Formats: sequence, C-alpha cells, structure tokens
Amino acid sequence: MPYTYTKNIEKSPRIGRLIDHLYAKMPEIEADRAVLITESYKQTEGQPIVLRRARAFAHILENLPITIRPEELIVGSNSKAPRGCQVFPEYSYEWLEAEFDTVATRSADPFYISEETKAKLREVYPYWKGKTTSELATAYMSHEALTAIEHNIFTVGNYFYNGIGHFTVDYGKVLAVGYKGIIAEALEALNALDVADADYASRSAFLQAVIISCEAVINYADRYATLAKQMAENELDANRREELLKIAANCARVPRYGAESFYEACQSFWFVQMLLQVESSGHSISPGRFDQYMNPYFEKDLNSGKITREFAQELIDCIWVKLNDLNKVRDAASAEGFAGYSLFQNLIAGGQDKYGNDATNDVSFMCINATLHVMLPMPSFSVRVWNGSPHEFLLRAAEVTRTGVGLPAYYNDEVIIPSLMSRGVTLEDARNYNIIGCVEPQAPAKTDGWHDAAFFNMLRPLELVFSNGVDRGVQVGLRTGELHEFTTFEKFYDAYKAQMNYFIKLLVNADNAIDIAHARRCPLPYQSCMIEDCIGRGKSLQEGGAVYNFTGPQGFGIANMTDALLAVKTLVYDKKVLKLCELKAALDNNFGLDLDNATAERLTKTVAQKLVADGKTLTADDIKSIYLAVSKNNAPDADKKRYGEIREMIEDLPKYGNDLTDVDAFARDVAYTYTKPLESYKNPRGGMFQAGLYPVSANVPLGAQTGATPDGRAAYTPIADGVGPAAGRDIKGPTASANSVAKLDHFIASNGTLFNMKFHPSALAGQSGLESFVALVRGFFDQKGMHMQFNVVSRETLRDAQKNPEKYKSLVVRVAGYSALFTTLSRSLQDDIISRTEQGGF
Amino acid sequence: MSDNLSVRGRIFDIQRFSTHDGPGIRTIVFLKGCALRCRWCCNPESQSYEIETMIQNGKPKTMGRDVTVEEVLKEVLQDRPYYNRSGGGVTLSGGESLLQPDFAVALLKACKENGVNTAIETTGIAHADVIKRFLPYLDTVLMDIKHINSEKHKEFTNQPNDRILENAKLIASEASKMIVRVPVIPTFNDTVAEIAEIAAFTAQLPNVDEIHLLPYHNMGRDKYAGLGREYFMGDLKPPTNELMLILKQTAEQFGLKVQIGG
Repeated sequence: MPYTYTKNIEKSPRIGRLIDHLYAKMPEIEADRAVLITESYKQTEGQPIVLRRARAFAHILENLPITIRPEELIVGSNSKAPRGCQVFPEYSYEWLEAEFDTVATRSADPFYISEETKAKLREVYPYWKGKTTSELATAYMSHEALTAIEHNIFTVGNYFYNGIGHFTVDYGKVLAVGYKGIIAEALEALNALDVADADYASRSAFLQAVIISCEAVINYADRYATLAKQMAENELDANRREELLKIAANCARVPRYGAESFYEACQSFWFVQMLLQVESSGHSISPGRFDQYMNPYFEKDLNSGKITREFAQELIDCIWVKLNDLNKVRDAASAEGFAGYSLFQNLIAGGQDKYGNDATNDVSFMCINATLHVMLPMPSFSVRVWNGSPHEFLLRAAEVTRTGVGLPAYYNDEVIIPSLMSRGVTLEDARNYNIIGCVEPQAPAKTDGWHDAAFFNMLRPLELVFSNGVDRGVQVGLRTGELHEFTTFEKFYDAYKAQMNYFIKLLVNADNAIDIAHARRCPLPYQSCMIEDCIGRGKSLQEGGAVYNFTGPQGFGIANMTDALLAVKTLVYDKKVLKLCELKAALDNNFGLDLDNATAERLTKTVAQKLVADGKTLTADDIKSIYLAVSKNNAPDADKKRYGEIREMIEDLPKYGNDLTDVDAFARDVAYTYTKPLESYKNPRGGMFQAGLYPVSANVPLGAQTGATPDGRAAYTPIADGVGPAAGRDIKGPTASANSVAKLDHFIASNGTLFNMKFHPSALAGQSGLESFVALVRGFFDQKGMHMQFNVVSRETLRDAQKNPEKYKSLVVRVAGYSALFTTLSRSLQDDIISRTEQGGF
Repeated sequence: MSDNLSVRGRIFDIQRFSTHDGPGIRTIVFLKGCALRCRWCCNPESQSYEIETMIQNGKPKTMGRDVTVEEVLKEVLQDRPYYNRSGGGVTLSGGESLLQPDFAVALLKACKENGVNTAIETTGIAHADVIKRFLPYLDTVLMDIKHINSEKHKEFTNQPNDRILENAKLIASEASKMIVRVPVIPTFNDTVAEIAEIAAFTAQLPNVDEIHLLPYHNMGRDKYAGLGREYFMGDLKPPTNELMLILKQTAEQFGLKVQIGG
C-alpha cells in the first residue's frame, strides 16, 4: 500500500502554540506599505508605470518591518502583528478613510486600527487622489453601467477596490531554479531585443521590471537570513538557536537559488506566496497543486534519509498556519460578501497528471493531515476526484469533512477537464488544472482568469420585468413592456431574457473598464515573471501576457429564478388562477408580510439619511414613525389575505431540488439565460468571458437588496446559495437534491459552480458513514456535477434549526439507526439529538 | 413484463438516501399494513392497511397511497448512480411487505431485472409458500426475531412467534443472505438472558452469522397522537449505551458478528 506511512502522522505540539499566538488578538491594519509605496511613487514620477511598480515593490521590500514569530520554522510575515494587514492605496483608499472609525466595530471581519496608523494614512492619501485604478475604471465605465451598479443589478466591487489576484504562479519553477534562474531568463529575453523593435520600449521596461522585482525578493530573504542569525546569537535555548541558524541558512539560499531540500522548498514556497500578497491586494492567490510540486523534494529527502515523515509533516503544518497569517481589509460591503477574513488561497490535492495518470502521492495525504492538524480556514483545501482516484484518498478526505470544518471541497476532473478544453485550453494543461479562490478552475501558471469579476443577481432583472425597467423612479433597465402585453408565458420569459442580455452587456462594459484601468495603472511585474508567457511576450499579466485570458463573472439565483418563473408559468398562464398584475401587487406588498427587525432598521436608516441629506431635521419621533411605516405591512386586510393565498399557491408548487425532470430541465434553461450570452464577449487581454454560477456569501447581502420574488421568497431575505435548491425547498433528501443540481449544464459554467450540502456529523458516523459519503460524491460526479462541499452542521446550527425550521427543511440527521430530516422530528427528539451531539456523536 | 409493472400496491412513504437498512445507499419503500402490533412500533401509520389521516406539525396528512410497480420503480431508479457506487439498492420495509406479495414480488422482480440490489425488512409472518415466492428476487433479508418466548411475543406484538421462528429457518436455508435484527426494548427483551436466547437461536440458523441489535427509541411517539391513538410505551427510556455493549458481548459469545444499530 503506497500511502500507508503518511496517514495519521501525529501533530507536533508546536503547531497548537503557533495557532494560539496567531489568534491572540484582533487583526490590525498597518500603514508601512502605504507609506513606502507613496515615497517611491513620488520619486519615480514620469517613468514607465511597470518600472515604477517594480521600484515601489523593491522600496517596500527593503524597508517593510520584518519579524520572526515565536517558534516559527517557516518565516516571512508582511505585517508586524499576527494576522495584520497592509493597505494598497494605489487601488482605492476613500472607503477605508471613510470607515476609519467603524472598521474595528463592524460585524463582518473587524480590524483594529491605531490612531497613529490613521494619521500616517491620512498623510499619504492626498497623494493618491486621481491616481487610483478605481478612479480610472469609473472614468472608463458607461453611464448605463454605473446606473446598473448603483441599482444593485450587479456589483464589480472586488476588482474595483482591490488588486485582481486569482492566479496560480509557477511555484515549481522558483523551487527549481530560484529567482537567479528567472533573472537569467529575463536577461536573455532582454538581450534578444533589438532597440529598433516596434515594441522595444514596453518590452524592455517590463523585463527590467522583472529583474528589479526578483532582486528585491532575494534581498528581502537576505534580510530574514540576517535577522534569524541575530536572533540565534541572542537565543538562550539551544534547540531554538539551532532552528534559527537553520532558518538563516535557508533564507540565504532560497528563493535566490533552487531548493536543495524539502525544508528549503517549503521556505521558498512561502516567500513566493506571501510576497505575491505584498505586491498587490488581489486575493485568491492560490497555491494550487502543492502536492505535485512539493512531492519530488519530499521523496528525495526521505529516500536519502535527510528528513523524517514527522518533520516533513510539521513543516507542511507550519505552512498551513502561515497561510492564516496573511490578511486583507475590505470595504464594509465587500466584507459581507467575502465574510470570514478569507483570502481564498486554494490548495488542491489529488487528480491526474498532464498525461492522465493518477497523481495522488504522499504529500497529498500529508495535506489532508495538515488540514486535520491545523483546522483553520486557510488554505481553502480542495481535492480533485476522477474515476481513477484512490478510494483510500477519498475516505481520508471524508474524515476531514466529518469534522465540520467545511473542508475539503470536492472537484470533478471528468467535468472540469473537458470544460476547460471547450475554452481552448490544451488537453495537457486542462489535466493539470487547479482551483482558484472558491471554485474556479484554471490551467496554473499560464492563466489570467479574472475569475471573480462580478456578482450578478439574476433576480433583479426579473423585478425590472414587472416594472418595465424602472427602479426607484429611474429607468435602469429596458422598457420590455407593460404587464398586460405579456399575453403568453413566452413573451414574459422573453422580456426577462431581454433584461438579462442588457445587463450582461453592461456588466461586460464595467469589467472591461476595470480591466483596462489595471493594465494602465497597476501592471504587476513580480507575479507576471512566474506566469507563462509574460517574459516571452514582454508584457505583464494585466496587459495580456498570459497564455490563457478569461473574465469570469458569477451569476447566482438559479434556484429562485427557476421556482419564480415556473410559478408565473403555472399560476398565471397554465392554470390561469392568478393575474400578473395581482402577482405584482403581492410582490410590491411583500405578500402581506411584515419585515423582520433588522431589515426594517436598515431601511429606516436609509430613509432617514436621505431625508437628512435633503436638508430635513429629524426628531426621535420622526424616526420612530419612519420605522413603523417601513416595518409594518400597511396593506388593507382583504388584500393581505389575497397576498397570503397567492404565497400559499406558490408554496404548493413543485420546486427545484427534488429530482423532478420537468422542473430541473427548466432550471437548466434558466441558467443558460446567464451563461450563454456571456460567452460571446471579449476582454481587453484578448480572452473571452465565461460564466460562473456561485455567490460566495453575497447571496445574503445582495438578497437584502432584492424585493419579494414570485418563488415566494420574502423581500430582502437571502437568495439561494450556489446552484443548490433554495433553503428548505428540497424535501427529498441529499440524492434527490444532488440529482437536480447535476441536471444543470456544468460544462458551460467553466468559471465554476458551487453546490453546498448540509449534513449532521452523525450522517457520516463510522466507516459505513464515510463509505456512503464517498459514494454520494461519486454518484453526483458520475452524473457530471462539477463541485460539492459539505457543511457538517454543529449543535448551534441545530438550535437555530429549532428556532427557524423553515430554513432547514432539508437538514439530514442520523436519529437512531436511520437518518431523518431534522425539522420533521418532534421537539423532544430534536433536543435529544442536540444533547447527543454534545457527547460527540453516537 | 408490462403486466408486472402495472401491479398495484399500497405504500405510505419512499425514503431515499437511507444508509442503515442493507448495504450501501438505499431507497426504502414502506408498504402499508402489518400483521403485528408491536407496542414500540415507531411507524404506527404503517400498521393498518387502510388509508389514514395523520396530523403532522399541526397539518393533516394522508398516510397511504396506491401506486403501480412502474411508478415506484421509476423513483427507485433515480438513485441508481449512488447504488452503483455504494453497492446499495432498494429495501422493502413497512408495514409488512409479505402481506402484499403480488405487488412486492413484482417490484422486487422489476428491480432485479434492472440490476438493482434488493433487500427486505420483515417480521417473517406469512405462509411458507408466500415467502418462497420472494426469495429468488432478494439479495438480503433483514428479519426480526423479537423474542423466543411465544407468550411474551404475543403479549407485546399481538402475535405468537411459532410461525416466525419456523420461517426464519426456511429463509436462512434458502435466502442469499439473511441478517437477524432484534429491537432491544426495555421491559420486553433487554436482558442478557433474553438476548442470549435469541442469539443462540440465530447461531443455529444455517448460513447466518450476523445480528443487529437496534436500541429502542421513542421517535414514533408523536405519530400516535397524530393518529389519535394511545402510546403504550409511556416515558420508557432507551437502553443505555453500557447495556447495549453488554448485550453485544452476550451475542458475540455465540460466534455472531454483532452490530448495534442498523
């Protein structure tokens, strides 16, 4: 058995202490990078932008404070404080300045910020006025696109406010040849240029920028070598002194040169990973196939007796901890969409090599061990599954799923490889895919995928069909007609498609505006030098240097849209028990329902702020009456009764997620209203648009901006997450729900789909639980599902399910010798299950 | 063939993704009507063959519907990918499927013809001839042996056990695989002596080496109220884990493979 030895390696006690240190305090915002980049930019005005970027990067790396945290074996931190973060004024800064006083107290991802840091940032910010990517992007966008964004049809906030990220560099190349090797490659390319070449100016500037960046990284590692040596001299503990001397030796050699040991490879990997996140603020910078590029170093050291399995595991565990040391502050709205301080550094194990052989190895299993040892959100750990995946590998992965940590996510090679090939990726490159960020597949080290390009709320265009394109008094969408003109369902559906096409076009406009702004203002030579074919083309990634270029904005709301359109079709057109205008009245009046407190408070605040901005003075009583007006449904009782009946009629209809052939076939068609039009658009880097179907966590905040919808969803409540059924509407268990999802066309959503399932840990109990779980994943993937992840729910969730049973109708729990839907159980039995969970399963 | 698919029967539920009633991921078809009236029964709506109304979460729900083999088969086949990957299939439960032999055998036959693994959960209470009709189409028989003492059996289930024990021998010698299941019910059979008797009987059955001990639970309590019936088990507590482990050891002494729970 090839993998026996790397399973269940014990966790080193060091790891727990590293984690405790990391999480001792609230993360903190630091000003050093912002101050340094401003200093550098002031000195390089008038120079080519790509050189200015390289010089700024070098200036930052020369002066950024460095630190080695207690007991670390792998070193390199981009902030003094654990889990601290730097800021990136070249992308945007106004939002942070506006949120200085609330960023520490906000509900999603708070950060501490000292008065000193605020003062430093206030000092540098004026320099950036008019110089940021976000300002340039806004200037490039069409008026209609700006209006659509303002009215929450879609949001492009991610890349508007931040760097792009969302790539995997060639870690293997740095491990093999070091930055000396890459500098040599750039020099060779530079020497091959002729000063009279048409593009000599841009090419030579880019290649010089690469060389400056690589040298900056080598010098930065040298600073760590010096620091480690100094610390060793002052260290009283002999063991730690040895460790520090080893660290010093490592940093003196890598990433300057190729790694000669597994330990050096780990340190080299880490410098690459963390410094990419100093160069820009893009997230989802994904380590990708760590098991593939690390295993040769592990095998070599193991065979030569240079390393033990235990120490190799400890080093991998240290990397897992370090991946949680990196952090990023986002604006308050984005923080809700990406809640959980996540940097989405996706790391994947298993799958095939480029020749189609199974590539699972010892390090693949050690990645699973590390995830079990560290139990933190980073890395976003994924596994690739194909028909030839070793069963024991999937069983071991299932053990991680069972812990409830929400990892790993499972990906289906059998869908993703052909899907990428349909976008022009070669067979070998497609077989070598990894996942970026949440769920986005790409050919690593060759792709600029722009994978997270927007959130597109598929419910908002439907709202505009009901209002002939008008939102809050503004003509935001197309005039698709008055309701009485929709004499057939086809006409109604066509109006929806017309609104969709219109907004998709505007989404493309907005994304491309941002794309060009990044190329003009923030080309990134350091990341580019590790992605093919930037050196060859003499262009940064942002200017189209990669072999493959995509833009992948994600749509969400498939489940709600399917149920909504089917409700319209069935009730209005087939059964004729409801008129469209009646439905509109019911939607406008939120089916006669009152708003929940939180929503009412939010809306009250919005209204009050608007009135104050208009020059009105408001008393406490005024605000109270606004609150009453928004929270209470003031429709006459007779109308309310009718609205309630309408909602009941809707609720009785068959819903997506129950393995119903007709409904699911319709869902497939509804998804096409988003995925198909996108395929025809191009981006400025010479690539195409490709759709993703997933909302990250934006289904909640963007749902809060969406009124009641014809699927019976109440106003401002969450939209279904991913491609799964709307919460509580799948009542036939996990296989039925998975079958519905599998009936969507996952191949066309080549930017990724996301299917979340909820389980109670007991459903995975024992060896037979693990076996059934693996069979469930396999069975879904046999039907060409793309991705699956599991929420193995806790006691807290079960408590919440008791309070809000409507949200948990599909939650499966193991009762006593069999499984059942939790909410169908009696209160006393529910309590019983919760108390049994307390005992850690049964 | 088409005759087979049009046979009608009465069921009250189909539950997918069951992992505890036979190997792998299974779809359980619950047939309506049973000859026993076990006091602890967690599916009281299964007992009467008549279609009933049960109040569930405050709403009346019809229990029981008449279906054809074809309709059931269609739903069963929807989870074929999961059977293929897990070695699972269909399990007929109840109620008691032996009481609807035409429908149940037709359904099992149709499943076998479609390559689906089959199992039955049964009380074993039927004429031998009826059971013989089932066996060619069954991969696994999960058969309850609730008590060796016929008097006590009758007191708690309304039926003596003579025929059940006879049929156990028949099934053991002719079925592909048989597993004995024992609901462990406090006040009825939760003593070492009673479990030992059942284990001894099981160990003597030809080709049988596996027994499942299913601890009592009061999951069905609310259903009795929903049907307007009295629940006789009152506040009876489930057997403790410690007791279950002792009973497991008891059965193991007879050379059986013992599993707690399904």
